[in-house]
Amino acid sequence: MFHDTIRHHSWDDVKRRLASLTLNDAIDALARPHRTVEDFLALVAPAATPLLEEMARASRRLTLERFGNTIQLYIPLYLSNACANACVYCGFNSHNRFRRVTLTLDEIKAESAVIAAWGFRHVLLVSGEAPARTPAAYYESAIRALRDTFSHIAIEVQPLERDEYAQLAGAGLDCVCVYQETYNEQRYPLYHPRGRKADYAYRLETPERAASAGVQKLGIGALLGLEDWRVDSFFTALHLKYLERVHWRGKYSVSLPRLRPHAGGFMPNDPISDREMVQLICAYRLLDQEVEISISTRESRTFRDHVMLLGATSMSAGSSTEPGGYANQRNGLEQFAINDDRPPREMVEAIRARGYEPVWKDWDAWMA
Amino acid sequence: MSLQIANKTFTSRLFIGTGKFSSARVMKEAILASGTQLVTVALKRVTPGDANDDLLQHLPAGEITLMPNTSGARTAKEAIFAARLAREALHTGWVKLEIHPDPRYLLPDPVETLAATEVLAREGFTVLPYVQADPVLCKRLEEAGAATVMPLGAPIGTNRGLRTRDMLEIIIEQSNVPVIIDAGIGAPSHAAAALEMGADAVLVNTAIAVAGDPVAMAHAFKLAVEAGRAAVEARLGETHHLAGATSPLTGFLD
Repeated sequence: MFHDTIRHHSWDDVKRRLASLTLNDAIDALARPHRTVEDFLALVAPAATPLLEEMARASRRLTLERFGNTIQLYIPLYLSNACANACVYCGFNSHNRFRRVTLTLDEIKAESAVIAAWGFRHVLLVSGEAPARTPAAYYESAIRALRDTFSHIAIEVQPLERDEYAQLAGAGLDCVCVYQETYNEQRYPLYHPRGRKADYAYRLETPERAASAGVQKLGIGALLGLEDWRVDSFFTALHLKYLERVHWRGKYSVSLPRLRPHAGGFMPNDPISDREMVQLICAYRLLDQEVEISISTRESRTFRDHVMLLGATSMSAGSSTEPGGYANQRNGLEQFAINDDRPPREMVEAIRARGYEPVWKDWDAWMA
Repeated sequence: MSLQIANKTFTSRLFIGTGKFSSARVMKEAILASGTQLVTVALKRVTPGDANDDLLQHLPAGEITLMPNTSGARTAKEAIFAARLAREALHTGWVKLEIHPDPRYLLPDPVETLAATEVLAREGFTVLPYVQADPVLCKRLEEAGAATVMPLGAPIGTNRGLRTRDMLEIIIEQSNVPVIIDAGIGAPSHAAAALEMGADAVLVNTAIAVAGDPVAMAHAFKLAVEAGRAAVEARLGETHHLAGATSPLTGFLD
């Protein structure tokens, strides 16, 4: 299990190595035909900054070779904002007082009709983590209801047991996204004081449970800015490489959600700038030519329009982070504020304007 | 001389993949510039039966054979299901069998590919399996009823050329079905070299789709494939490693 692997790496040691890495280390890493996680560390180090343009060019070349001139489109469908956790940075925190909504099957179908009419065939089902309100059986009936409409169904919900993942895979689930938020095991409990999410190891081993249950695709990532983003990204890279070796049939996706400082909200310890985000996207691509790199509507339109040229391969569009938000605007129940609020049609035009083909469908039910 | 596969005759020996293009329009223009008569399309990218499918709409109709492929399938079972689906919706019994459980290098699974070929050939499909450059496997596929074999030159999408040359030469020497070199062909010179070696055709996608000018590159591949084939038909001179001795060593025997 990855928990055994990660124990061989100390957070503080990685942090020290980052500080001692030089520009020459990054130049060496960039020059190698195949890169390791150690090379990845050299490329995300502060000393690598002057190399950013060269990194971006190499990242673009690798991305084009593998993915061609295409951007995959997907859309989140928020099923529920009920949550038993108390993550200190999250709007769904169980201490926050607002009306909790869990969509019924009919409401889910109403949502799906709207987003399918926009053209989406890849959907990401999202919910808070409230197993009493949204157990595995709830997701199973949602997946069955959506299976004929969508060619690729992913979930970003509470970690489940292995047999529950097998049950969902049997119903037509293609992908499980579960973000560790931070790989800093010591500091993790500060951010996740309550609920099942307080169990660091259980969350960490979720991708392995899902893969061994027959889920084909896995999405991982850290919430950037919570802790030192460079160290967290190193551990994400380590996690990715571990999964690729052990579950070699799996497909993998990395997300780069970042926390931004904003008034009245949770203040990140180590906010990541646009320039550093680009450095990180390029470093992931230079480490792993095949991994999907997903950039959500948390990012600005300018940022998204540019990173599609240099390593990002998957983007959401037209997103609402409010359960029921596509069929009815209720307002005020979102998990986080959308930054790039372009409707899908405009996003498609923006992708085409950059010389890329927006891809709605790149998966099929017979692949599950 | 034309190329015969199952019931179809091809004068162009360049087959084209339809992934990775910057738009369906560019894809269509590149297909036309290449002079190809066979294009392959990933079933997972299209909605067969949907008249508004952007990709399907842009495939030039008429003389060009549309061959669905099972890219994304990890097992014989999935590939067989996809092939049956394609026959139903796209009205074609042609299928390019791609079974790659390894999503990183997309290397084909020989065991599953052979199993699926046996089933699909028996059901009357025209099966073109994508395989490793493995001469024994290619003979086994031929026995199982494959219409061609499609060994790889290098891992798919890498543009590295004919890295498996030694094995490809054996496959070409031994095969009773057409040999189409698929994957890894990154430049027109690689395509010409494949034809010169005796390959019956090549399948190219990435090298055209991600070129600076895909339409012009498609034309360049057309010329290279024609040149390579013309060289074979003109009978290439043997290459010699030693210069011919001016005074033969055995001349004293005369």
